[in-house]
Amino acid sequence: MSRSTTVPEGTSAQAGRRRTAGRQPGRTPGRHGSGRPSGRRTLLGLDRDGLILVIPALLPIVAFSVYPLLRGIYLGFTDARAGRNSVTSFTGFENYAQLLGDSYFWSSFRIGLIWAVAVTALQFFLAFGLALLLNEPLRMRWLARTLALVPWAMPPVVIGIMWRLVYHPNAGILNTILGDLGLISRDVDWLNTAELALPAVILVAVWAGMPQTTVVLLAGLQGVRQELHEAAAVDGAGSWRRFWSVTLPHLRPIIVAITTLDFIWNFNSFGLVYVLTQGGPGGETRLPLLFAYEEAFRYGNYGYAAALGNAMVIVIALFVVFYLRIRMREDD
Amino acid sequence: MMTRTSPSRRALQYLALAGYLVFLAFPLWWLISTALKTPQEIARIDPTVIPIHPTLENFRTAFEQQPILRSILNTLYVAGVSSLVTVGLAVPGAYVMARYRSIVGKSTMVWVLLSQIFPFILVIIPLFLIVRDFGLFDTHLGLIIVYIVWSMPFALWMLRSHVQSIPIEVEEAAAIDGASRVRMIREILAPLLVPGVVATALFTFVSAWNEFFFALVLLKSPELSTLSLTLVKFIGAEGVARLGALAAASLVATIPSLIFFAIIQRHLTSGLLSGAVKS
Repeated sequence: MSRSTTVPEGTSAQAGRRRTAGRQPGRTPGRHGSGRPSGRRTLLGLDRDGLILVIPALLPIVAFSVYPLLRGIYLGFTDARAGRNSVTSFTGFENYAQLLGDSYFWSSFRIGLIWAVAVTALQFFLAFGLALLLNEPLRMRWLARTLALVPWAMPPVVIGIMWRLVYHPNAGILNTILGDLGLISRDVDWLNTAELALPAVILVAVWAGMPQTTVVLLAGLQGVRQELHEAAAVDGAGSWRRFWSVTLPHLRPIIVAITTLDFIWNFNSFGLVYVLTQGGPGGETRLPLLFAYEEAFRYGNYGYAAALGNAMVIVIALFVVFYLRIRMREDD
Repeated sequence: MMTRTSPSRRALQYLALAGYLVFLAFPLWWLISTALKTPQEIARIDPTVIPIHPTLENFRTAFEQQPILRSILNTLYVAGVSSLVTVGLAVPGAYVMARYRSIVGKSTMVWVLLSQIFPFILVIIPLFLIVRDFGLFDTHLGLIIVYIVWSMPFALWMLRSHVQSIPIEVEEAAAIDGASRVRMIREILAPLLVPGVVATALFTFVSAWNEFFFALVLLKSPELSTLSLTLVKFIGAEGVARLGALAAASLVATIPSLIFFAIIQRHLTSGLLSGAVKS
């Protein structure tokens, strides 16, 4: 691979900026300490080694992710429908005008936001607490650690089935326990009662999503350098103080990464609720993706479904940009 | 660390841990319990927490009704291959993104975040058309490619964080000591990266194992069907009488990845930074 001419097609997003970035020394001297002579020719700020290392990861992304996404976005501006003989034509913003007047769309969006914020916040605080506990030399820690991984190892479909059993109005454990405690007088149909269904599925999502957040935070906690803690302790910092001044700053990039991803994943989640309620009762748990799925695969409105996807992208993007800016400012 | 934890603080920690254990374990216990009950016991008005007459009958029923075993093998294959390939490709890429001050690194990270933002619905329709055009519709290969691509951004993102959390001084010290780059990567960086790599591999394996939206669209033949797909067929017809078989099938569906996790979870904690940055 010749280092001066090879531009991976994959980096088309950067290609326009190649000229400005091209010949500048991309590496900070001594930054990765390999002791190589400086002044090697660089491309996009990478030397040959860098390019060789990075291309295998980028190429599949471009072929099977960038291109389909662009095509999907375009579909949102057409009247594409399922069916062999249907002719697709460009309709501009017609889909979006229709979306704005669609009350199902608005209620689905509201539900999606409540869901994503609630699940992400609960997930994070519960997972952080658990990660801190697992980082302590407690007995039975192995059991907690193993159990903490279990929900993650279970497919959402299985988790959905399991909680259906827990919530089952007649044969479920939840009604039995609450009944024995005298908290409810008759069996509650958790997943089919309008005001209970959303909290019920949120609880399931927290249960299901907590482990992966825990593992990531735990890995981060274990990367905190012990001698920093020791130095702080020698200087008289209590454990609370050390948590704020040593642990938290170290974890910040990991926390930002995992909460951002959690939010996006939750907003785009599908399988769990599909199994639990199918969006019911009366659309009370119909998340945006469930709504889009119904449009695309039940009614065959590809264009309308893609337009809905585009709208979701904008909302998520706004949220993430807003969130990241706050976090970045905190870092400075 | 030499600091001591007071007994009352320890007690609180154990209390919190117990709370977590109950919350994590109780739905699971109910699933196991239901799987071991007779249909008569499941139908009782006042359900029992512990089965009175434990039976494996439900498992027999489950295996007779659906091709569970084949689905498990299918899923193991698809998830295993895509996880290994993803991490293999992502580690070098993530290293470059963390350590080089490059436009590639920056714009890739932007794309990584962007691609996560896009909902499945936006890609599933065009992706379906592309996979079909390549002749990969209703094949495991098609699904594997899709899984690799869709877990790659996450793998890059996570691994990059982990490389960044390794102090650059470690590498600089190695260079000053005259270590070659290959040696530096193999003997110093790699051991430090193990927890991150394991966490990332876990992540990609499990996300493929659990996925069912792509599988739903990209697979058609029952004999290629992944686990989630097979189980979804179960759900529709769940009268109280069949809850036992459903629970049993779900348990079986969870076992392989539980074993996988049991093996790998030890690596999440062993080694780590111990001794690596000691002066």
